[in-house]
Amino acid sequence: MAKSDLIGGNIWEKYSKKVIQRMNAPRFLGEFSEEDAAKRNAKLVVADFGSEACGDAVRLYWLVDPDTDRIIDARFKSFGCGTAIASSDMMAELTIGKTVDEATKITNLDVEKALRDDPDTPAFPAQKMHCSVMAYDVIVEAAAKYKQINPNKIKDSEIVCECARVTRGEIEEIVRKHKVKTIEELQKYTDAGTYCKSCVKPGGHEERPIYLVDIIEDVNKKMEEEERLKPQRFEDMSLFNKIKAIENVLKNDVSSILAMDGGSVKLVDVKENDDKSVEVLIEYAGTCSTCNAAFLTLHMIEETLKDALKTNKIKVIQV
Amino acid sequence: MEVYLDNNSTTPMDERVKEIYCKAVELFGNVNSIYNLGSKTRKAVEQAYDTIYDELSIPEEDDLIITSSTTEGNSAVIKTFLHNFLSGSDKKHIITTVAEHSSIKAPCAFVKTFGMEVDYLKTDENGRIDIEELEDKIRDDTALISVLYASNESGAIQPIKEISEIAHKYGVFFHCDGAQAISKLKVNIKEIGVDYFTFSAHKFHGPKGVGGLYVKNGAPFIPLIHGQQMGYKRGGSIYTNGIVAMAKAIELANKNLDYVQTEISRLRDKLEDAIRKIPDTKTYVDKKFRLPNTVIASFKGIEGESMLWELNRRGVYAATGSSCSSERLKGSEVLEALGEDPEIAHTGIIFSLSRFTTEEEIDYVIEILPPIVEKLREISMTYAKVKPV
Repeated sequence: MAKSDLIGGNIWEKYSKKVIQRMNAPRFLGEFSEEDAAKRNAKLVVADFGSEACGDAVRLYWLVDPDTDRIIDARFKSFGCGTAIASSDMMAELTIGKTVDEATKITNLDVEKALRDDPDTPAFPAQKMHCSVMAYDVIVEAAAKYKQINPNKIKDSEIVCECARVTRGEIEEIVRKHKVKTIEELQKYTDAGTYCKSCVKPGGHEERPIYLVDIIEDVNKKMEEEERLKPQRFEDMSLFNKIKAIENVLKNDVSSILAMDGGSVKLVDVKENDDKSVEVLIEYAGTCSTCNAAFLTLHMIEETLKDALKTNKIKVIQV
Repeated sequence: MEVYLDNNSTTPMDERVKEIYCKAVELFGNVNSIYNLGSKTRKAVEQAYDTIYDELSIPEEDDLIITSSTTEGNSAVIKTFLHNFLSGSDKKHIITTVAEHSSIKAPCAFVKTFGMEVDYLKTDENGRIDIEELEDKIRDDTALISVLYASNESGAIQPIKEISEIAHKYGVFFHCDGAQAISKLKVNIKEIGVDYFTFSAHKFHGPKGVGGLYVKNGAPFIPLIHGQQMGYKRGGSIYTNGIVAMAKAIELANKNLDYVQTEISRLRDKLEDAIRKIPDTKTYVDKKFRLPNTVIASFKGIEGESMLWELNRRGVYAATGSSCSSERLKGSEVLEALGEDPEIAHTGIIFSLSRFTTEEEIDYVIEILPPIVEKLREISMTYAKVKPV
């Protein structure tokens, strides 16, 4: 909250001149019929996105050259506020001249940028950003219709913040990398949730299947669980667990080697020093107790323990 | 031409009220001071108080706390019952309606976070609550019933006296948000028998930042703003010129009531008839249950903000109960409560007149409206779908 947030402003005053011009007189408003398409040797594509019940819906008409897949003309109709009309108008214009595949790369962010009067000033206030998000979706619908495929094949990942077009994968990566705990921290690294804010938490403009707060919580829970399950460092273990770990290595990795020569080893004691290093006191039995190479065996046991327990803080002493 | 038709939101100050307001600025002495300058102010405030008590038929033994607005009064009433609940009262239930202004819905949502319970009564096709449903909802632990006098969106008038009688039959306190009542209806506090009544001067051609909270003698009340002014019921220096101007505004509102109920109502009807002549357009709430200045209409296929935009371009200022013009994206909850589907709820426009609305202005709106509707339906993808082939 800051001074600028204390007085609600008139959102219309924050519209760019380009937005206002297109709200007042959209250039690509209209429709195409099959006859129009036939006259221009083109294929007609008609796609809808959104719904009246949600307050925003758009229908896109394309005439596509079937030989080159190039969009030769576009029109739209819209049920929506002025920003939706202006965005749809710009979206239709941006698709003209592109191939269908190139058009699918156009996002709402491209539309919003194209509507700016100057590069550094947004074309409309953040809470109206959602009105432009249909631009991408209706293009995908149209492209899918043209290619006769499922629109999900074109959408390559789950978008959580539609306004800023940030995917779940990107958010999860940021949360992990920067150990993000709050929305404010997340927004230091991404624009997710800074526009219409619907994706931040339940209760915003629109209902969403997943919210940023949930993702942050889920990823943090997962990270905690991973941390919990991560094998503990030998140095950080309690003395009891150190003894258990040493016993296991002696039993599983050392005994079988010594047994081949008829020897064995017995753990006598484990002494912990102030620096958390340990002295492992062992006693040989069988052939080992009389072996001339007992010194080498001692070295082998120490190296095996160090290697298995990923530490160099073990010293093995024969008693 | 500029035509202001958003009077349920706020009204221009009457010139006579403005004059008194500006003059009263000179009365800067504190009413609680003992020197002569304070006495002068005190006399003006006392006189204003007398006027308001008379004009609203408030019994002398009851309190009228001057507030900043209806919103403040509404919060004070709801939080009084929260205070009682947190102090050990077993009364934790509030009954209100789906048609309330956010100044009731917001504090109700707040008290719920402390464990109080809130029931919202539905409204019928005329925007009115069902008295039987109200009676069914009353429980042993019901502390308060809060129902608005009339809706700022649909203009629907609630059966306040009946609600009051039901509430008192069960020993429940009754609050009425009267923000839309004064200047459109005759308000007689004694007759309607409410325990609390809230209002704002700027809704009836008075200044902004001043309103009233009526509290019946014996009804519980905990100050929202603590201090020794107003009998310890509302702290803060008395807003002298606001009170004096509000009294004048109420007096003028009552004087012009007949004019509003006949002449302004006629202009409203003229506008409404013209709207209804436009195809696929609908208006709501039977006129006998509706404020005389209000018409709420839906225009199939036209999203509310785009209609407001086009009206604004031609100098007509109206309101939308939905969405895109505000920070919310939902359709008008009031239209949905009147039985409309969500897609129609996004198309609602509210025209609210005042006693200063002229026939010439209404004629102008009637002239510009059909071409606007035509233009926006040309843009509309959804209207194209319903257009007959």
